[in-house]
Amino acid sequence: MKLNTSAWWVIALSALLFAGCSSTGSKGDDPGASVEDGGASTMGANQGGAWTGNPLDNPNSLLSTRTIYFDFDQSTIRSEFIDVLRAHAAYLNTNRSIGVMIEGHADERGSREYNIALGERRANTIQRFLEAEGVSPSQINTISYGEERAAAFGQDEASWAENRRGVLAY
Amino acid sequence: MKRILFLVLMFFVSLQTKAALTIEITQGVEGALPIAVVPFAWRGDAASPPPHAVGDVVAADLRRSGRFKPLPTDEMLARPTRGEEVDFRDWRALNVENLVIGDISPNGPGGYLVKFYLYDVFRGEQITGYSMPTTAQDLRATAHSIADIIYETLTGQPGAFATRIAYVTSQRDAKGKERVELRIADADGYSPQTIVSSKEPIMSPAWSPDGRKLAYVSFENTQPSIWVQEVFTGKREKVTSFKGINGAPAWSPDGRYLALTLSKDGNPDIFILDVARRSLRPLTRHGSIDTEPAWAPDGKSLVFTSDRGGSPQIYRVSVNGGEATRVSFEGKYNARASFSPNGRMLTMVTRVSGQYRIATLDLETRDFRVMSTGRLDESPSFAPNGSMIIYATRVNDKGMLAAVSTDGRVQQRLRIQQGDVREPVWSPHHKQERIR
Repeated sequence: MKLNTSAWWVIALSALLFAGCSSTGSKGDDPGASVEDGGASTMGANQGGAWTGNPLDNPNSLLSTRTIYFDFDQSTIRSEFIDVLRAHAAYLNTNRSIGVMIEGHADERGSREYNIALGERRANTIQRFLEAEGVSPSQINTISYGEERAAAFGQDEASWAENRRGVLAY
Repeated sequence: MKRILFLVLMFFVSLQTKAALTIEITQGVEGALPIAVVPFAWRGDAASPPPHAVGDVVAADLRRSGRFKPLPTDEMLARPTRGEEVDFRDWRALNVENLVIGDISPNGPGGYLVKFYLYDVFRGEQITGYSMPTTAQDLRATAHSIADIIYETLTGQPGAFATRIAYVTSQRDAKGKERVELRIADADGYSPQTIVSSKEPIMSPAWSPDGRKLAYVSFENTQPSIWVQEVFTGKREKVTSFKGINGAPAWSPDGRYLALTLSKDGNPDIFILDVARRSLRPLTRHGSIDTEPAWAPDGKSLVFTSDRGGSPQIYRVSVNGGEATRVSFEGKYNARASFSPNGRMLTMVTRVSGQYRIATLDLETRDFRVMSTGRLDESPSFAPNGSMIIYATRVNDKGMLAAVSTDGRVQQRLRIQQGDVREPVWSPHHKQERIR
C-alpha cells in the first residue's frame, strides 16, 4: 500500500485541481462541496482513487502532513519534508484566498525566550520556502510558541525531536 | 476563507488557591548559627488565639536561609515570653548564641500588637527589640519582617523574607486542556494567589522595581503581547503587540522603561520602551537572535543573549546602544542572564555536558561557577538581598522551583501539589500592600 512519489503527486495534483474549482465562494452557499474546520463537514465520495473532497482532508495527500520536524538547534528544512512543503505551496498557489498560520516550536532545553526566537526562526524558514515557491506573503502568518506548546511530554530525545517542529495550521 | 478563532480566555484577579508551595531544604549548611525562637505568648482570650504562630514563622524563615539553625522547641529547657523570665544559663547550656522571645496582645478590633526581643546569650544582653502593630491579615507579613530584622541584625545583610515570588503554573485537565496561570506567593510559599489565568501561554513575568506591577507576555488572541498589570488591583494594559515576537520584558531600575524583544523588523532585537510615553527605540540591531535583556542595577548598561557568535552567549551593551561586548566565554550555551543586586555578579543558564544548569559569573574576578545539579534548570534570578538564586528545575518530569544560596552551600526545593511550576521571579523589597 506504499505509493511512490509520482503516485503521490498524481493524487495531490488532482486534489489541488478539485480544490481550485470548489473552494471559492462563501461557506454555506454550496453545501455539497464546502468543508469547515469545526462543526459539521461534508465531502464527496472517493471514486476510483481520486479524492473529491477538500484536499486538506485527503489522508493520502501530502497536504495531510502539517507538521515538519527540525534537528537540534537548527532551522534548515530537512530533505524529507521538501515535497510536503511544495505540496502546501501548490495548494496555497491554487487557492489564493486561503491563508495559513505557520507555528514554530522548540524543545524544552535551554531558556524560554531564546526558544521563542528559535521557534520563530523555524517558522520563518518555512515561510521563506513557501514564498520562494510562489505563495503570496499575504497568505502567510507566523507565530512562535517556543517550548510553550509541547507535543510530547517526555524528557528524552524522542520527545524533544517531536517538539522541534513547524506546524502549518489552516 | 477567513479563519474564525474561538478563544475563551478568562481572567481572574486575586483568586485564592489552595495549592500552597512547600519548601524543603535539600542541602543545609555546616556552621549555621544556633538560635532559639521561643513560641510567642498570646496575651488575649485563650479561646480566640491569633491565626498564625508568629514564632514558628520566624524560625522557619531563619532556617530556610541556611544561615541559622533554630533550636527545636522540644529541646528548650525553658520557654520565657518576657525579658525578666530569661535565664541565659538555660541557653548557654545548649550552645544557643542568640535568643528570640516575644508576645502578641489584642490591639483594638481585629488588631494585634506583636513585641519581640533579640538577645546575645553569651553576653547576656538584649541586642534589639521592636513593638509592631498589625492585623490578622498582615500577621504573617509581620512575622517575616521580624525575621528580616533578626537576619539583618545578626548577618549585616538585609533579609528577604517579607518579599514575594511570582511564577507561572501549568495544569492539564482530564481532557488534556492546558490552563496556564501567573501566580504570586509569599517568599515562604504561603498564600499563593492567581493574578492571570489563560488557556494560552503566559511567559516571562518581571516585577517593577517598586513591586507594584508585573510585566509579562501573554499569547491570548494567538498573538504574543506584553502586558503590564497592577499587582494589587489586577488592572492591566497591553503595552506592545507588534507582528512577531513581543517578549522578555525587563524593567529599568527607575521603573520608567521596559527593555524587551521585538522581531517586527524581521529578527529578534532588543528595544527600550518608555512605558508612560509608549515611545520605542532600538537598542540592538543585528541579524542574529538578540533577546533576554536585563538591566545593570545602575541602569547604565544591559546584558542580553545573542547567537551572533554562532552559539548563544551573554553580551553587554550601553543603555545608549553601540557596540556590544561579549561577557560569557565558558562553553557553547549561556543564556538568560540577570544581575545580582550589587551589580557584581550575573546568574545565567549554561550547558554543561548536555545538561542545562544555573551558573554565576563574577564580573570582576571572571570566576564562573555552576550552582545547580539538574538536567533542565532555567530562569534564574537573585533574591533582592542577593543571598539566594531562585530557578526552575525538573524533578521526575515535573516542573518545580528550587533555590540555591549564592555561596552554593544551601539548596532548597519548592513544591506545589499539582501541575508544573516555572519562571520564578523574586519581588523587590518593601511589600507595602496586600493583594485584595
